[in-house]
Amino acid sequence: MFMWLHQYAKTEAAYSLCNRLIPWFAAISMGCLVTGTVWGLLFAPSDYQQGDAFRIIYIHVPAAMLSMSTYIAMAVAALVGLVWQWRTAFMAMIAIAPVGAAVTFIALFTGAAWGKPMWGAWWVWDARLTSELILLFLYCGVIALYCAFDDKQQAGKAAGVMALVGVVNVPVIHFSVQWWNTLHQGATITRLDKPAIATQMLWPLLINIVGMAAFIFTISCVRLKNEIIRREQRRPWVQQLVHSNEAKNEL
Amino acid sequence: MTTLFYGVFKRDLALAFRQKAELAQPLLFLLIVITLFPIAVGPGPDILQRIGPGVIWVAAILASLLGMDRLFKEDFNDGSLEQMMLSGHPLYQLVLAKITAHWLVCFIPVLLLTPLFSILLNQTLTMAVALFLSLLLGTPLLSLMAAIAMGLTVGVPKGGLLPSLLMLPVLIPLLIFATSAVESAAMGLSYTPQLAVIGAMFLVALALAPLATVYALKVSQH
Repeated sequence: MFMWLHQYAKTEAAYSLCNRLIPWFAAISMGCLVTGTVWGLLFAPSDYQQGDAFRIIYIHVPAAMLSMSTYIAMAVAALVGLVWQWRTAFMAMIAIAPVGAAVTFIALFTGAAWGKPMWGAWWVWDARLTSELILLFLYCGVIALYCAFDDKQQAGKAAGVMALVGVVNVPVIHFSVQWWNTLHQGATITRLDKPAIATQMLWPLLINIVGMAAFIFTISCVRLKNEIIRREQRRPWVQQLVHSNEAKNEL
Repeated sequence: MTTLFYGVFKRDLALAFRQKAELAQPLLFLLIVITLFPIAVGPGPDILQRIGPGVIWVAAILASLLGMDRLFKEDFNDGSLEQMMLSGHPLYQLVLAKITAHWLVCFIPVLLLTPLFSILLNQTLTMAVALFLSLLLGTPLLSLMAAIAMGLTVGVPKGGLLPSLLMLPVLIPLLIFATSAVESAAMGLSYTPQLAVIGAMFLVALALAPLATVYALKVSQH
């Protein structure tokens, strides 16, 4: 079933796949993020209760949702690496980790900026905020563990185990608003019945979520390319690539 | 099969009891932390009663972080861990025996002293019982997670803070449920649901954590 995937275990194939995908995803992310943000910030109706302050939702919600999805993507990469012993999967894992950490930070920061006018406090020790903070620590843990080893092969495996152990936190974050009665509001989009948000407000949000996802994917691909080049610098194909680039620059 | 478990178990206990000073360290640390709190926040009985369970839990976690090094570090440094792994015996049992010994050495004293701490921090009887039960179910989970974290970082020379960072994701849900169990007990409600959740986490960890630890140790031995 996953046989088509196996060809990308070779770093060279993964590199060229990244090269092919990046322009598409960069275009999607730019298009969606610009449309969604402009629509959301300028044209969507303002909230009857929160006024214009609610507009931070167009950054906050995509970042918060995707911080979890990014973690899952990282954990899947780790699992693939541990099960099939792919070096490329570990490279993908460590390429994704800092991007995820940045997105989590954005979610926390915009959340704090939103919390100040609405709840009157920058930070509340609420279940969802705390577990999101833990998610940031998890990303940091994976990165720190990876950096602690000199042997990057070993580092990838160790950080992979760490990433998989941390998966327990993802459902805790997602269901924290249901399990505990907290200040943070419940899910508005990801529920089975009708979304609890007006359609004119919903569209820019959805567009921004797509844009943000494509953006994270693009950045991760760029980082994966860098990682591959750095780790495989002694391989003939990388040296060939470098030489052809040099030749191009001289022309 | 079981002789391996008992062999490693007895060896680890014997080693621990030969270093009595090290054995008492986490306990002493725990006592110091708990003494400092009433001084820091003021000795009002109401405050102490409210923050007590949290203080005891956090202090227990900090004390366990202190004693975590003992789990694999020495055996790794003198090479006996490598010999054990090369012996061909099932590693799951070996790791489980070491974790069990670690739990007994690290946490049984804490559990035995919990009634004393509960009195010091002005806990009612039902709260003390709930606290004791949550510690009884929760501390083995701490030991199991410590094993994974230590297994991952045992080969890292400047590990330092890493293990505690790695243990965080599991500590948070554990703390939430443990303190909410004691809170329910304080209000006279049933606290079995929270204990059941902690028990479930413990059982899942009991099944999976030794496997992860074995893998982590194999990675570290390279």
